[in-house]
Amino acid sequence: MPKQVHLAVHFPGVNNTTVWSDPEAGSQIEFSSFAHVARTAERGLFDFFFLAEGLRLREHKGQIHDLDVVGRPDTFTVLAALAAVTDRLGLTGTINSTFNEPYEVARQFASLDHLSAGRAAWNVVTSWDAFTGENFRRGGFLAQDQRYERARTFLQTVMELADSWRGDEIVADKETGVFLRDPQAGRFAHTDAHFDVAGRFDVPRSPQGRPVVFQAGDSDEGREFAASSADAIFTRHGTREAGQAFYADVKGRLARYGRERDSLLVLPAATFVLGDTDAEAAELAHHVRLQQTSGATALQWLEQLWNRDLSAYDPDGPLPEIDPVVGEPTVAQGRASARMFTDPVATANEWRALAEAKKLSIRELVIEVTGRQNFVGSAATIAATIDDFVQAGASDGFILVPHIVPGGLDRFVDEVVPLLQERGVHRTEYEGETLRDHLGLPPLRTAP
Amino acid sequence: MPEPLHPAHVHLAVALDGAGWHPAAWREPDARPADLLTAGYWVDLVQEAERGLLDLVTLEDGLSLQSDDPWTPDERTDRVRGRLDAVQVAARVAPVTRGIGLVPTAVVTHTEPFHLSKALATLDYVSTGRAGVRVKVSSNPAEYRHVGRREAPVLDRGDLQAQQVRDLFDEAADWVEVVRRLWDSWEDDAEIRDAATGRFVDRERLHRVDFAGRWFSVKGPSITPRPPQGQPLVTALAHATVPYELVARSADVGFVTPRDAADAAGIVGEIRAAQQAAGRAGETVHVFGDLVVVLDDDPAAAAARLRRLDDVAGAEYRSDARVFTGSAAQLADLLTEWAAAGLTGFRLRPATLPHDLVQVTGRLVPELQRRGLFRTAYEAGSLRGLLGLPRPANRYATARNDAAGAA
Ligand SMILES: Cc1cc2nc3c(=O)[nH]c(=O)nc-3n(C[C@H](O)[C@H](O)[C@H](O)COP(=O)(O)O)c2cc1C
Repeated sequence: MPKQVHLAVHFPGVNNTTVWSDPEAGSQIEFSSFAHVARTAERGLFDFFFLAEGLRLREHKGQIHDLDVVGRPDTFTVLAALAAVTDRLGLTGTINSTFNEPYEVARQFASLDHLSAGRAAWNVVTSWDAFTGENFRRGGFLAQDQRYERARTFLQTVMELADSWRGDEIVADKETGVFLRDPQAGRFAHTDAHFDVAGRFDVPRSPQGRPVVFQAGDSDEGREFAASSADAIFTRHGTREAGQAFYADVKGRLARYGRERDSLLVLPAATFVLGDTDAEAAELAHHVRLQQTSGATALQWLEQLWNRDLSAYDPDGPLPEIDPVVGEPTVAQGRASARMFTDPVATANEWRALAEAKKLSIRELVIEVTGRQNFVGSAATIAATIDDFVQAGASDGFILVPHIVPGGLDRFVDEVVPLLQERGVHRTEYEGETLRDHLGLPPLRTAP
Repeated sequence: MPEPLHPAHVHLAVALDGAGWHPAAWREPDARPADLLTAGYWVDLVQEAERGLLDLVTLEDGLSLQSDDPWTPDERTDRVRGRLDAVQVAARVAPVTRGIGLVPTAVVTHTEPFHLSKALATLDYVSTGRAGVRVKVSSNPAEYRHVGRREAPVLDRGDLQAQQVRDLFDEAADWVEVVRRLWDSWEDDAEIRDAATGRFVDRERLHRVDFAGRWFSVKGPSITPRPPQGQPLVTALAHATVPYELVARSADVGFVTPRDAADAAGIVGEIRAAQQAAGRAGETVHVFGDLVVVLDDDPAAAAARLRRLDDVAGAEYRSDARVFTGSAAQLADLLTEWAAAGLTGFRLRPATLPHDLVQVTGRLVPELQRRGLFRTAYEAGSLRGLLGLPRPANRYATARNDAAGAA
């Protein structure tokens, strides 16, 4: 059997791939939109539904960034509600390890896993900035270099809490009157530099035992964290070459932790544009890129790299001659992309050269350099490409990011999924009950 | 105060907890003790409550394992232990119910107002306007050790006026204030999708809440748009002056535990005075009486059942609320008498589930309907609507419009 493709859907939200101006674009907050996307993914026999999270509205030059979708629901609450309208689909929530406490997060994932009968997953993210901290009791208390240390011990504490119940303690025998077999069920104690907690955990063991763990940081520390502790990685490395390099890198780190290569799935985010023909899809893709990148959006994107005000520039004109301001990003707050540029001056020079060579305006340049859709083509082309990427070791599958809510996944499920099934690389029914089953993950490593 | 929809009507809530409020409830023939951690169990109960057209259900919760001793964990093995996060249970039930209010408990002492504000706003979205919260302070030292962020206050258990107790409730009031400000931090029409300027929102209509208090500071705005009800329902259980003041200052509904009608009148009077002092005299604040109910068609059967439950539990059942034993008709008499003392509704705690819940929906409700005291259909699409509460104006929109008008 060829290697299977794992498919998931990322609810399109707060980022500039989501096209909100299209007549087809619906609500970003009504539950019906979430239910539609999740049900479509389940119709396509996907592994899971994925929600990102950011805990402060993003800002640009000290003001709320107003050009992209703004606003999102609470992760646990919407996932618990989605458990009511789906049966098998995994439910993956992005939850921050800095602005939460392990006891609460452990009981929330255990609750979600119970309420969904074994479908919960946690994407552990580590945003630590003081900007986000202003919404929370402790403020911006954590140094950047401690983000993964806290994440590691946070995750470890959550897993200890999950494991504090073995799963056989509840007897509930009406005749004998024994409800619990063990008077100490749920006992835990954890002390380290970040946490000093002890007592008895109040949520008995959930169907999966532990939530499935995703990781989404890209630094060396982030990759190491994934290799040591995660079941899957959510990554931006979605092209064939970059995917192969990333895949080899993180899978290569597993041996150090005594882990098998297939115990960690690599799942890049992937956008797509489907057409009846490849040519039609290419045209459509360009139209979508224009929708995604208004002149105002293009200028603001450039301001993130330049780290300075460029509002005097015409988005339909040439790139700025002045150089970026090097140092701590000040223009954009609360956006992961602000830290993507390691050498802003070099990147600016490359972009200017590119714009000059191809005669591109600011808007055209931004469209050129910001991610093109990963998959553009007819259903046959896209199915073949996805299959090729997975067989070629560029990923274990993809977390699809449609550009329209709520209908953006419909056509993929109707047209591409059957072709992947024909190729024998996508399931024709759910074989298992839990998300661990769908992902083909080995049994839990730590027997409690 | 605004006119109630039906002045004679009482409001009815049911408090759901485990297999019921009596510690031996899980051993009853109709109990489902092995299902307490499944979605289906909660869906069945809330759908039953909805068949009775009840205003709302509350869902108990805490950040520690249940214990017979409220101050420390016990090691009993003959009681229900273990539970699920109440906000999530409410969310899981929301898409499969249509009319009933969903009011999970939230422990305010250990949680982030920012997280709970968006969680409750989201509950309001997934239930299309039926969300509320019951705020609960934490004094149980076990919960402080579980969260590990602060030391438990040393409380004199007999002295409910102590400064430490006041501090816990003052913090709760701040917590509610922040949660409410965050719900208003988006004006209803903040989302504009203006293609001409490329703007998705009008940021003039998004507001920092800039709260700075003794226990926390929160900047805002929320990451979640203003929920359908504008302000989901805030409720609190109160047994003494300090918590009555929290109800008067911060809540839409207070749950209280009178012994009799005269006691009920006294409590209502105290809350109304505190409401006046808090400058909320013009707002509707409901005061619901809490009762544990053991109901059977034959009153003698109910009394016998309670005795049997007590025997099984090995002790006489005691509660902060009055334990009512009898028929639904007798309960209707009592509720009528207590309503005359000023209570606007009741939160019934079924001693056993589903039996006492089905008695409420199948017997008590028809009895009250016959007497013209209870609704015969859901008359509003939101929980606030069921309770005769208006959809509140947004404090920030009002301020902005006032400023614009003055300019
Ligand atoms: C593909 C991807 C998706 C991410 N999604 C989120 C998110 O939804 N919410 C969030 O707070 N951080 C998110 N992050 C941020 C990371 O979790 C992490 O905190 C950040 O990248 C810093 O870690 P690093 O230095 O290892 O990259 C994401 C990162 C990546 C690479």
